[in-house]
Amino acid sequence: MASGVKPRVKVPKTAAAGETITIKTLISHKMESGQRKDGDGNLIPRSIINRFVVDFNGQNVIDVTLEPAISTNPYFQFDATVPETGEFQFTWYDDDGSVYETAKPISVS
Amino acid sequence: MQLTRRDLLAMASAGMAATAFGALPALASMTDDEIAKITGGAELGEGALTVTAPEIAENGNTVPIEVSAPGAVMVAVFADGNPTPAVVSFKFGPLNPSHAAATRVRLAKTQNVVAIAQMEDGSFQKAQANVKVTIGGCGG
Repeated sequence: MASGVKPRVKVPKTAAAGETITIKTLISHKMESGQRKDGDGNLIPRSIINRFVVDFNGQNVIDVTLEPAISTNPYFQFDATVPETGEFQFTWYDDDGSVYETAKPISVS
Repeated sequence: MQLTRRDLLAMASAGMAATAFGALPALASMTDDEIAKITGGAELGEGALTVTAPEIAENGNTVPIEVSAPGAVMVAVFADGNPTPAVVSFKFGPLNPSHAAATRVRLAKTQNVVAIAQMEDGSFQKAQANVKVTIGGCGG
């Protein structure tokens, strides 16, 4: 399931040095839990995003391990400290080996 | 032997009670097993860790939850009524000031959402919230 996966991330464009900002992320993914059955009663195999990592200039912000109990289109909201101008790196790891990446720059004024 | 209606009712309710009591502890102990795997059987404290979840969730497919644990390095969340209890685990990096995170989870039925936090000093904390689920979120 690598089709139609679209990451969306909300990060402020500017911040004061050392300021705490709130980041919201959402990635469109059906997160098939492996518990559902199709019309013929066969189990639909599990296909989820199992890991989500956020780094800022190489320093880790949050590292999330996802299980099948996470809803469709996994959403996360968390805080981050911005020490300097730089870039947030967002990485999602799919069960099928795909890696989805996106980045957001932020400037410290 | 002739069965009266009264006998049938008594048998049916006894059966239902047995299933209810048989199933619940099994699932709850699965959660306890998972927790013990993380903590190694250590004592679970309380205090810094909080779990925020709605009291009533109409749709079990997407229930917003939030954990907040100042001073924690890791928070794991479990749902004791789900077919697999593990839900999510957060590891907080050096650039995370609040050690809090919010997400949306699937809950199969009315149950407890249990969070375990590993604190910086290596101790563990536990917090839980009961969520009443109107429509379960496990398909099938």
